[in-house]
Parts: sequence; C-alpha cells; structure tokens
Amino acid sequence: MSFIPGQPVTAVVQRIEILKLREGDNLILGFSIGGGIDQDPAQNPFSEDKTDKGIYVTRVSKGGPADVAGLMMGDKIMQVNGWDMTMVTHDQARKRLTKKSEDVVRLLVTRKSLQDAVRQSMMPR
Amino acid sequence: MDTDSVHSSHSHHSRGSNRHSERSRERHKPRSRDGSNRSDKNVTISTTSAHSAGAEQTPPTTEPQDDNWAETTTAVTGTSDHSLSQEDLAGFGKDSEAPVLKQSWLAFLPLALTLFLGVLVLVTPLAFLLLPQLLWAERLQACGTACEGLFLSLAFKLLILLLAGWAVFLRRPRAALPRLAIFKALLALLTLLLLLSYWLFFGVRILDSQDENYQGIVQFAVSLVDALLFTHYLAVVLLEVRQLQPCFSLCVIRSTDGETRHYNLGQLSIQRAALVVLEHYYKDFSVHNAALLTAAKSRTAKHLAALKVYSVDGPSSDGAASQSRAKMAAAARHKDTSHSELYYEEADHERRVRKRRARLVVAVEEAFTHVRRLQEEEKKKPPGDVMDPREAAQAIFPSMARALQKYLRTTRQQHCHSMDSIQSHLAFCITNNMTPKAFLESYLTPGPTLQYGKECWQVLQWTLVSEAAVTSPLRDGTEFQLKNPDFSLVVSSKAIPHLKISEEYVHPKSHKFVLLLQSETSV
Repeated sequence: MSFIPGQPVTAVVQRIEILKLREGDNLILGFSIGGGIDQDPAQNPFSEDKTDKGIYVTRVSKGGPADVAGLMMGDKIMQVNGWDMTMVTHDQARKRLTKKSEDVVRLLVTRKSLQDAVRQSMMPR
Repeated sequence: MDTDSVHSSHSHHSRGSNRHSERSRERHKPRSRDGSNRSDKNVTISTTSAHSAGAEQTPPTTEPQDDNWAETTTAVTGTSDHSLSQEDLAGFGKDSEAPVLKQSWLAFLPLALTLFLGVLVLVTPLAFLLLPQLLWAERLQACGTACEGLFLSLAFKLLILLLAGWAVFLRRPRAALPRLAIFKALLALLTLLLLLSYWLFFGVRILDSQDENYQGIVQFAVSLVDALLFTHYLAVVLLEVRQLQPCFSLCVIRSTDGETRHYNLGQLSIQRAALVVLEHYYKDFSVHNAALLTAAKSRTAKHLAALKVYSVDGPSSDGAASQSRAKMAAAARHKDTSHSELYYEEADHERRVRKRRARLVVAVEEAFTHVRRLQEEEKKKPPGDVMDPREAAQAIFPSMARALQKYLRTTRQQHCHSMDSIQSHLAFCITNNMTPKAFLESYLTPGPTLQYGKECWQVLQWTLVSEAAVTSPLRDGTEFQLKNPDFSLVVSSKAIPHLKISEEYVHPKSHKFVLLLQSETSV
C-alpha cells in the first residue's frame, strides 16, 4: 500500500456507505481514525509499510453505523465522498468526515485481505 | 656477561650496606663484550633527604658478599676473554670502602662549575668595558650620549641575566641522578664556547690593536650580553618547557601488592622520568605495609611444604623433572581446601575489623565531646584549668587509646603510628576544629607514604634498573624498574597516540524539533 512518488496509486478498494447517526446535536459515524501526513507513521499498528501516512481506521464501535456498513478495523481510507484521503493532515481528514451538511459518507477503503484475495484469484491455476 | 651483572649486584649490596652517607655513584663497567650494548645496568639514585631505618623492615637478605665475590672473580680470570688483573681487584676493594670525602667533593662539582660560569658571565662584559679605560684611556674617544645610553641598557640586561640565571640554575637539586644531565652539560659547554670566542675576538681585535672607538667596544659588550640572554632562553626551553607537553603515559606497578598508577610525562630521559615517578610515588601510593603480605606468603609456604618426594628406587636419572611431575600429580589428586579456608578467614577478619572500627568511632566521638574551644568572653574569667592544644590532646587521649590501638593491631598498622604521632595529630585536629571523623580518617585508610612519620618510611635509597642507557630518552615500550630493598616499582611507558580532532560547525539556529504524534480522533 505504499506509493511511488510520481506514479499513480493503485489499490483494490471496497465501497462502504455509512449513514450518519444523529445523537443530540452531533452526527456520529462510530469509528476512530488515525494517521495523516502530519503524524508519525512508525507508530501505526495497522499499516504494512511504516512510512505510509494515510488515514487508517483504528477502532470501530460495535453496533455503530460504521460497523453496520461493514467498515473494519485497520482499513485504510482512500476517498471520502470523492475527496482524496491519502495525502491529508489528520485534522483535514476529520473535517471531511464530519461535515454537518452531509448525512451519508461514501468511503473507498482498502485492506490487505482484499489485496490478497484478488491476487489469489488472479493467480494462474 | 653473567659475571658482569653478578659483579654489579654484589658490589651494589656491599655499598648499600654502607649507608652512612648519600652517595650517587657511576658504575663504570670497563669491560663489555660489544662496547655499545650493555645489559642490565644497575645504577643508584639516592634522594637528598636524610635516610632512616624503618622499625619493621624485612631483614636484609644475607647474601654472602665477600665469599661469592671472591669465587666469581677467580672464575673470570680463569676462563673468560676478559681477565681481571690484580690492580682491578685491589681497585674494587678500595671502591667499596671509598672515603666519604671523595664523595662529597664530587657532589659539589656541578655547583662549583655553575658558580664559576656565573662569575665569568658577570665579569666578562664589565671587563670588556673597563679594560680599554684602564689600558689606553688617553687615546679613547669620549663617550657620547648614545654610548652612555648603551651603558644603561647593559646594566639592566646584566641584572636581568643574573636574576634569570639565579632562578633557573641555582636551585637546590632535588636528587642526585646517576648519570650526567646531558642538557645541562651541553648548555654549560655552549656558554663556555660563547665566552671563549668573545674573549678571543676581544683579545685579538681590540686589545692588540688598541681600538679607539669606545662606542664600538660598548656595543660589542652589549651584544655579548644579548647572546647570553638568548642562551638563557635556550636553557629555559630545553630544561623546563620541552617536557611540559605530555607525550608518554607511564604505568607504575608496585611489585608487592600490585597497586597501579598512571602518569603523563613529556619527553624526558629515563633517569629524569624515574625521578618524576618517585616524586609522585611518595604522594600517591599508599604506604607499603609488609605486615599485610604475610598471609599470602604463609599460604604459598603451605603449598610448597605440603608434599615431599622420596625416591625409593634409588637415585633416578632425571631427578628434578620426575620429582616435579610427581608433585603436580599428587597435588591434583590431593583435596585442596585452602580456598575455603581463605574465604572464611577473610570473612572473619572483615567482621573483626568492622567491630573494632565501630568501637573506635564511638570512643573517639565520646572523647571529642569532652573538649570544647574556649570562647572569647570566657577567656577573661577562666572557669577551670585552661589548656593549650597539646595538653588537651593528652587529656582526652587515654579514653580512646585502647580502642585505637586494638584497631591498629587488627589492621596491622601499629608500626606506622607511634603514640607521639597520634597525640600530635590529635592536638592538630583540636586546634583546627576538626570533627572526630576527620581525626580518624588518617587511621582508617592507609594514606600516601608522605603522610607518615619517618619511622614508617622505608629507606630512600633507590636503584634504577634499566636495559637501555639511563640518559637515553623515553620511547614507546620502554621498561625500567626502581628497586628498593623491600619492593620494586615496575614502570612501562606507552606513547600517547597522535590524536586527530576534526570540527563540525553547528549553526545556533539549526536546533529545530518536531513533535511526532499519533492521535486518534473518533468521528
């Protein structure tokens, strides 16, 4: 999941649509994110490549909207509603996810098991 | 060559026993196989302070001096290439009983030479000035202002030269070194040569021709004083400054208990390096205590005496080798408990020492509470009997004497401290308002040799044993020994490596930091 500067990033992604849950005055999604270009990538427990500064899902609250939608812990978020998430700061990511004007967020996430599955299926028998 | 070295060691001991005066002698070995290489030269250094016989010295090894000496001389005359003639034998006899007068005359020779040179240096410029005035005063040109100005400069330069010479050369010699000090001899020679050449020039060109230009003569005298001042500068650089920069690191190990120290020295000859080592020895090394070594000696004696070999089959062909092999085999099988004995003995001794020490500390603290310094106001009306420090020390000494003596006996230091020295130390501590702990410190830990009175010192007669010539400079890997009747100091030198230091410039504003976070936000 690392990138080579100048080359396009290719990944196998899954589309996840999360409906925000209204709780009082807030719209919550039910997961936590970590990472960003202003953070320390070496401390990321989920990334394969420890220089990857992307946004990762660090926790998914059980029964919340993200859990229902199929988001899993350790996923790397590539896009949120069309906005790129591979080169954003932590705060920018948070803002893109918690826009009060949007009720639903469509994420493109990738995880290792997806990559492996596709590679397995592409292997010549 | 063996007989040569045997000669030297025996003669040294015969001289060593004759300790009525300090002597620094040169051992001239008239015969050597290959003139330049001499092995194991024994030369003597004696320090100038008075010697004293230690109270508890190991008895001097009873080497049969005269008997063996006679035997070896006959062996030399019989078979070796170099034979010893009758005159040499008679000369050796005379050497060992050399009269004291000859030695003291030799000792004053350097001082006499220095003084003679000093007088010559003082007299020569003045003579250069005065002789023309005395001999052909009427034909001399009058001395103008510039000339008289030169008189002034001459006077001051001469004064500075005298003071500087006094400062550098006329100092009390710290020790008598075995061989000639090369640099001093060279400098004396140079000064002599300088004066000689100036006198020659003066005699030929000025006295003979009776030169009338007095100003020229005065300038000539001033130039002589300048040259002498520069020679003095050379002397300072060679004698004092050159050895300041450290080049070698000497490792000094005492042979009896292995105490080791390291010293940094500059470029010196071996004898001067030995002098520096000895000066540091007296202040750095703890005092040599022969009583502490008896335990190890008794253990080795037990090892040696444990097994005896009897040959029941009559004398065998290879006697010594088979005996030693038999001993080693038996010792390997023999159940050796000496290590556990050592362990328990040491633990026991440790406990005893600590008990005695606790008692001593308590006794001393109690004794110190009895004495109090009399305040200024109280002095006007004396309360009881007022004592000076000596009497106060004598008054409180008995209460701690027993505990102190027992402690010293346990740590085997009792020969180093006499009752007088303890009382005077106590008076010293009381005078200077010291605490009991400060008073006890000199008894609890063995200090350097200088701290003790003369009764604990071993003799101040040292022998420098070296394979290289003692006036040769120190090199990397030089080893020499400083021998004492009781122990020896083994000195080995290593060169300090050439250090290469490079620089790295750090801009003061370049110290910038970032925080590495990993925050988790829940959305």
